Amino acid sequence: MGFRKTGLALAAVLALGACQNGGIFGGGSGGGTDQTPGSGNIEESSLAFFNTTIGDTILFSVNVATLSTGAKRILDAQVAWLNQYPARTITIEGHADEQGTREYNLALGARRAAAVQNYMVSAGLLETRLSIISYGKERPLEVCSTEACWSKNRRSVTVVAGGLGNV
Amino acid sequence: MNVLKKVTAVALIMFASIAAAQDVPTIEIDITGGNIRPVNTAVPQFVAETNGAQRLSGDIAAVVMSDLVSTGLFREIPGTAHIAGVTSFNAQPVFSDWSVVNAEALVTGAVSTSSDGRLVVKFRLFDVDAQLPIGDGVQYAGTQDSWRRMAHKVADTIYSRITGETGYFDSRIVFISETGPKNDRRKRLAVMDYDGANLRYLTDDSSIVLAPRFAPNTRDIIYTSYESGLPQVYLLNMDTGRRSQLLENTTNMATAPRFSPDGTKVVMSIIDGSNTDIYQVDLNTRNRTRLTSSAGIDTTPSYSPDGSQIVFASDRGGSQQLYVMGANGGEARRISAGGGSYGTPVWSPRGDMIAFTKIKSGRFHIGVMRTDGSRENLLTASFIDEAPTWSPNGRVLMFFRETAGANGAPQVYSVDLTGRNLRRVDTPSFASDPDWSGVLR
Repeated sequence: MGFRKTGLALAAVLALGACQNGGIFGGGSGGGTDQTPGSGNIEESSLAFFNTTIGDTILFSVNVATLSTGAKRILDAQVAWLNQYPARTITIEGHADEQGTREYNLALGARRAAAVQNYMVSAGLLETRLSIISYGKERPLEVCSTEACWSKNRRSVTVVAGGLGNV
Repeated sequence: MNVLKKVTAVALIMFASIAAAQDVPTIEIDITGGNIRPVNTAVPQFVAETNGAQRLSGDIAAVVMSDLVSTGLFREIPGTAHIAGVTSFNAQPVFSDWSVVNAEALVTGAVSTSSDGRLVVKFRLFDVDAQLPIGDGVQYAGTQDSWRRMAHKVADTIYSRITGETGYFDSRIVFISETGPKNDRRKRLAVMDYDGANLRYLTDDSSIVLAPRFAPNTRDIIYTSYESGLPQVYLLNMDTGRRSQLLENTTNMATAPRFSPDGTKVVMSIIDGSNTDIYQVDLNTRNRTRLTSSAGIDTTPSYSPDGSQIVFASDRGGSQQLYVMGANGGEARRISAGGGSYGTPVWSPRGDMIAFTKIKSGRFHIGVMRTDGSRENLLTASFIDEAPTWSPNGRVLMFFRETAGANGAPQVYSVDLTGRNLRRVDTPSFASDPDWSGVLR
């Protein structure tokens, strides 16, 4: 848990992002990787970059809001990106699978969203830039009724707003 | 809070039977008993005593029969089997016409309309074998629009005389009507008669709405909506359509509201970050009082009918279990003891039972237990059976059942407290989160 400072987090992200994408979170960080036209030609300031290249979604185990190591790595990358684009604000959506009662799952979704929120704030993101909402089991991403789908529905999604002109 | 006084739609008059009532009726059903043999019942078309009453005379008899049959306690002797009808309400029935078709109970009735739009419905109930009336004749008067309510009141009285329990047919269900695919479900608040008739939508489908609950006055509804962006609790008066957010100027999410039995307070969950606790909100002042402060998820509170206690679900001990505390908070006592997890507890209107959702080994159940957690009895089992609500007399539960898979969808079902008589409640689209009103006033 030592690398919470933005610079270090950014460096970690660089290593993460460099394998797939040339453009790295604005200049100045000495990325030095080549732009590879045609493959993943996504402007790094864009929502598409955030949503797919970094990843907007964190998955959770059954009935818990614990962040896995992989989840924390994605959140670190999200924070680094958000620090790069300070006009952006985010809403963290918490979701649950259908294996629970409606009201409990609403509270569980909030617990997941809050876990993400707490992690990002402690990683240096300004609290005023984020808000949370829970959808419980109201908005499944996948519709089958097996673990294959449930594992994808137990999620948080970081939804980026603000910063006009970047889509 | 805006509580409108309901204008009484139906007036009631009791009148003496043709034959003087004597002895006790021989038709009786103990609905708590083991095996129930339904009572063979004939409800011939009611006598139309005015020209305008012709259509309603058949419709009312049909609704009465439908109400009775829906309980599983009565079996219809259909009109096609009748060898005679009833042509005069005041003449003594020809009991041999009914015993020959195996009718044990006979309901006769008459309907008349007046030029000012009023409707009068009369009925008598007979024990065919004993050739005796069961109780006095009864007359209801109301508007023609309220004909179904009058039919339900006739059926309530018959049910009550045969079972000794109060009836529940003159009641309504508020629920969530659902359309669209599973990953883009559209939800609307809707209300209907207990049997699915007179469905009316109370919101459009632009925001997610959840878990509506009736006030004791049966005219106000409290529910959760995402219309502000966040899930928040709203009050709606069905007469005026007036709607308000219960707690203004809050950025917290709020869910699972329920009225106190006297209608002056609401108990609900407020979500603050990762923590969910139970609060009581005074409806006059809108002041909130925190009732729980565990680090766990405390939700779905429900008052005991005397208002002195609250049952709720909490995962404070690890898994979700049911707890009971005083209505002002304080120490909570765990009552659920079986394996699995428990949610959505609802105190019965009689006060002696709690209904709940139980999840065990990947199956959902609707169950009941005593208020101390003893005598747990699971009434249903399926992929998802969730969110029970009690009939006004505490004998029947409604809940929603959701099927599995990509095309899975919820429908409302009812089941007797004994686990018998599972039935789907007919709705024009998918339906979830039912709440049963008290008997209408």
